[in-house]
Amino acid sequence: MEHFNLALVDWSRAQFALTALYHWLFVPLTLGTSFIIAIMETIYVKTGKDIWKRITKFWMVLFAINFAIGVATGIILEFEFGTNWSNYSWFVGDIFGAPLAIEGIMAFFLESTFFAVMFFGWNKVSKGFHLTSTWLVALGSNLSALWILVANAWMQNPVGMHFNPETARNEMVNFWAVLFSPTAINKFLHTISSAYVMSAIFVLGVSAWFLLKKRNQALAKRSMIVASTFGLIMSVFMVITGDESAREVFRVQPMKFASMEGLYHGQTDAPLTAVGFFTKTPKPEAPNANEWGPKIKIPGMLSYMAALNTHAYVPGINDLIHGNTAHNIISYYERIKMGKLAIAALKEFQLAKKAANDSVARTALKTFEANYKYFGYGYYNDPHKLIPDVPLVFYSFHTMVGLGLLFVLIFLLTLIYGLKGKLPVKRWILYVALWAIPFAYLAQEAGWMVAEFGRQPWVVQNYMPTLSAVSNINQTSVIITFFLFGVIFTVLLIAEIKIMLNQIKQLKDGGQQ
Amino acid sequence: MVKLVKKVFFFYYDGFRSMTIGRKLWIIILIKLFIIFAILKLFFFPDFLKTHFKTDQQRSNYVIEQLTK
Repeated sequence: MEHFNLALVDWSRAQFALTALYHWLFVPLTLGTSFIIAIMETIYVKTGKDIWKRITKFWMVLFAINFAIGVATGIILEFEFGTNWSNYSWFVGDIFGAPLAIEGIMAFFLESTFFAVMFFGWNKVSKGFHLTSTWLVALGSNLSALWILVANAWMQNPVGMHFNPETARNEMVNFWAVLFSPTAINKFLHTISSAYVMSAIFVLGVSAWFLLKKRNQALAKRSMIVASTFGLIMSVFMVITGDESAREVFRVQPMKFASMEGLYHGQTDAPLTAVGFFTKTPKPEAPNANEWGPKIKIPGMLSYMAALNTHAYVPGINDLIHGNTAHNIISYYERIKMGKLAIAALKEFQLAKKAANDSVARTALKTFEANYKYFGYGYYNDPHKLIPDVPLVFYSFHTMVGLGLLFVLIFLLTLIYGLKGKLPVKRWILYVALWAIPFAYLAQEAGWMVAEFGRQPWVVQNYMPTLSAVSNINQTSVIITFFLFGVIFTVLLIAEIKIMLNQIKQLKDGGQQ
Repeated sequence: MVKLVKKVFFFYYDGFRSMTIGRKLWIIILIKLFIIFAILKLFFFPDFLKTHFKTDQQRSNYVIEQLTK
């Protein structure tokens, strides 16, 4: 590890994290409001009532603002792949290239073509064609999300590829294995359903503001019924897919799973921490690094989450580091040995190929292939460096889950009050709905922090740690762009909030009944 | 065919002309795209492997060297 510039690694990670977190402020609202708008327009077409047309057009404007501000922020991430993460870009070669190409060509063109009809086509095309266009925009934006999430899922659980030691590239051998890996399916479904929940909270919150101000009440009440119904259904879906995702994490990323719970010592009948906090930041080297304040635990729930069995054994961080023969867990020390063999063998293979020494090359290749499974571990001497930031992952996970469950309750209450016609008088729930908006964003970001910080130090699980993925570039340029992005994205965010607030405040034709 | 092309053209033309908030958003989009492609990409984000190496063989050799050092 000594020959890696760890400061460069950290700045590169910080730059990517900043870009990704800002990008993700805009994306979920696009994914979710596109469907909410499609539902509202469907109601308009079915009922023929003008109020639904006005409702649809209002939310369409907010959708457009968010889309316009957010569009192309993701392209900067692709730039960063090529500049700051060149080893990684080369290494993942074919795997990333295909999904991202499909994303760009198919989904974006589908979305942007019908976007024009959605905005320009009122009273110009038939109701049916306009409605179809609105649904196709929703479909297009969610298809964009599919491909990038498939790519990210591959980073968490690399499948369907063969590493070519002559080119140092992973070559896709099974496209369907990549597309339909359980990690990809769960990641996609959980991410989009959480985006739908966030969007529903947004619609709920903005509508609640109208009711609190006693303005545009007809629009607000109807929007809240749609949002709370959609949000409630999607919340259930989000919880189910979240549960499946956790099981998938347990299967392919047990260190991340243990970190999500701050579990250092494995156990059967493992409880889930519903509420808890660290009183001391655990030192990964300390075998009993497990300092907690008071905890509220759900008995057996972590075991159940891991394996659908309340008695299942859940390995802790120390089981993974030191191994556990009773549960067939190979230690990180062993993995590091094998990783070093793989790295040395790859080097030997390359030298032998250059020297045209086929028999040495063949032997080296055999050693490499036998140990490649743990290639990335070979960069480390101390297995404790392979533990993610446990408090960060723990708190992110519990923030995400806690808020997700809170949103279910909010949707339930607003739906019940909405159907009873009591929303305008239940001001406390309106304030809750309004203030839930920033927490919906927080839950989104927390989810990605679990996914990405929980995967550390890996950029490709088990095969490539972040320290070997970065480009050998000038650290100063990374620092400059970090702060430059901070400024650019903050300006964009302020612009979005200002423009949206203007549109919300200016709305006058939302009706009062 | 020509009629259809004209129809589509005027659909977009009239649509853009009648935009209100859309104009502001398009200005933001265009400024953003300019900053991203003309400034950031050109000055801050060269493709490291493409600019430093001419062939894929050279790039492979370099990455393997980085992975095995």
